[in-house]
Amino acid sequence: MKEKTQVADIDRAFYDFRYEENEDNFLDSGITPEIIREISAEKGDPDWMTAFRLHSLEVFEHLKMPEWGPDISGLDMDNIVAYIRPQKRMQSDWNAVPDDIKETFEKLGIPQAERESLAGVGAQYDSELVYHNVRKEVAESGVVYTDLESAMHDERYAELIRSHFMKLVPPTDHKFAALHGAVWSGGSFVYVPAGVRLEIPLQSYFRLNARGAGQFEHTLIIVEEGAYLHFIEGCSAPKYYEAGLHAGCVELYVGKNATLRYSTIENWSKNMYNLNTKRAVVAEGGKVEWVSGSFGSHVSYLYPMSVLNGRGARAEFTGITFAGEGQDLDTGAKIVHNAPDTSSYMNTRSISKSGGKSTFRSSVVVNENAEGSRSSVSCESLMLDSISRSDTIPAMVIKTDKADVGHEARIGRISDEAVFYLMSRGLDENSAKALIVSGFAENVSKELPLEYAAEMNNLINIEMKGSIG
Amino acid sequence: MSELLKITGLCVGAEDKEILHGVDLGINAGETHVIMGPNGAGKSTLGSAVMGSPEYTVTGGSIVFDGADITGETPDKRARRGIFLSFQNPVEIPGITLSSFLRSAYEQVTGERIKLFAFKKMLSEAMEVLNMDPAYADRGLNVGFSGGEKKKAEILQLLVLRPKLAILDETDSGLDVDAVKTVSAGIKAYKEQTGGSLLIITHNTKILEALTVDRTHIIADGRIVAEGGPELIDEVTSGGFDKYVSGSAL
Repeated sequence: MKEKTQVADIDRAFYDFRYEENEDNFLDSGITPEIIREISAEKGDPDWMTAFRLHSLEVFEHLKMPEWGPDISGLDMDNIVAYIRPQKRMQSDWNAVPDDIKETFEKLGIPQAERESLAGVGAQYDSELVYHNVRKEVAESGVVYTDLESAMHDERYAELIRSHFMKLVPPTDHKFAALHGAVWSGGSFVYVPAGVRLEIPLQSYFRLNARGAGQFEHTLIIVEEGAYLHFIEGCSAPKYYEAGLHAGCVELYVGKNATLRYSTIENWSKNMYNLNTKRAVVAEGGKVEWVSGSFGSHVSYLYPMSVLNGRGARAEFTGITFAGEGQDLDTGAKIVHNAPDTSSYMNTRSISKSGGKSTFRSSVVVNENAEGSRSSVSCESLMLDSISRSDTIPAMVIKTDKADVGHEARIGRISDEAVFYLMSRGLDENSAKALIVSGFAENVSKELPLEYAAEMNNLINIEMKGSIG
Repeated sequence: MSELLKITGLCVGAEDKEILHGVDLGINAGETHVIMGPNGAGKSTLGSAVMGSPEYTVTGGSIVFDGADITGETPDKRARRGIFLSFQNPVEIPGITLSSFLRSAYEQVTGERIKLFAFKKMLSEAMEVLNMDPAYADRGLNVGFSGGEKKKAEILQLLVLRPKLAILDETDSGLDVDAVKTVSAGIKAYKEQTGGSLLIITHNTKILEALTVDRTHIIADGRIVAEGGPELIDEVTSGGFDKYVSGSAL
């Protein structure tokens, strides 16, 4: 027996900014084969995709909830509305986007960001892309940037998607990957042909609006031989009472001698369960560069993984995590060295404040065939008070003695002396602490385009002021 | 002459131990005072307490600055009133350049916005006084600076922030002869440009050579044990502190 989700009468002042939901748009809460078929029919999936969804649902039902990380017992799986479709189909003319959706995105500065510095932009509201645009010269170079659903129906890309979709992160990977396979909706498809070097970044922005809604967007990026792409993904959600779930999936295919830089600043509302899976496979001489900022959410499990499959393939991971009151953020990265002369470099910072808990969890595997590989892991944690927690759980499995592997971890507290020094120059206590934290976070901010670095510093300042919630 | 700083019966402790036992000290606007004394006498504690360091607790007495009782005020408020402390060991803060830090500090203490161009000009003039390589302006605040460069950077902040009262805590310690001369020239420039007051905590008389000292205070065992004019400096330099510390302290 399923129930319609109740749209309770809640004081709107508690919402950051959010617009009226139309109850007719909600499918039944909970996830069943009927719901999956409904989603699939609604989206006009090809048959293989419908079968894939149903298979994923079966896998989902058989897998256990993870028990090794932060507590997710507060997540009510029967009450997550998998799919909420905005009333309008995708737009490429900003003026045609419905006003409330447009206003939300205007507040997030997306059209402006596009005007100023981006090659193309996609904006997802609830479950589907509502706005999409790519600059003409970018499209002319053969670069494809569109939503996955459209691409799946385009005969030029259909086979490419079928042969890559959830091949890197199969539904059997874990329970939420299976859920994703069953209910995924929206997201981006990017294809960069061999030799094309895109000097300006592409960007995608996700936003959850409906209360209790899950978001299961799928990002599939293929960068062919010798190509270069910088892809930026931003996420945010307004605040609601019910626990929201984000179980997105990112699959990155990096070709021979290609480079893909993938940057995300995730800023979820403080009731979200962010159980996201990201994975890259890198061919000979290729490189993946992850820049990852984790802000917001109630609980996060996030460990972008790089599989170095070709000789000389490289992975770099730069991450920052900020856990405030009521947050348990378990983040890190995974690297598999699966070919000779591969190298990886992991450099992370985590900050915990007001009782927040931040855990750095990493895994480096160097296989027998990865002779001559190098790996370096460095993680630093900063606790801003005595009630906050910080843990470091690095795992390493080295199966060859012809590898060079290093690990460095540091956990510290904010120095009273540094705060006094800055205050003696006229900065108030919060500004002084925010400045110290920004400095601590510099390894990430210097990797971001200027306007994102500024946005991240704003986020740090907001977190430092201890915003309600 | 108006009294800028008035310290009355000041008792200061750290971690249950009292360090200063009732210090009285007054500085008029424009005066230069020197504090000398043996190691551990409480000189730096006095300087830090006037700035409002959280490391110390005021257990008695009062600090009045520019007519306002600031005994319980936070350091940032004191800075905005015009107090400056040059640190013995300035802290390294990565992630912000000396230049942008100093610009925001300038805006905080003066309460005025300053255009980037005007600020850069002011900064480069001050750096010239101190023979500082302009490249330091764009480096992280004190990050990787040598001991000498850190002290110069403190005096640079003094020149830019133009406080009413500058407390210099052993700014000359660990500097070679040339660096002491440079720092001393910077202090003199501050004095000439602003007419501000100075409270110089030092072991070394070299830094005082370019300055006119109005008053000297000798601190021993948390108390002011002698006061006088500049002649007291010479007396201490030749005779040491022995006559002030005989008895309880050692």
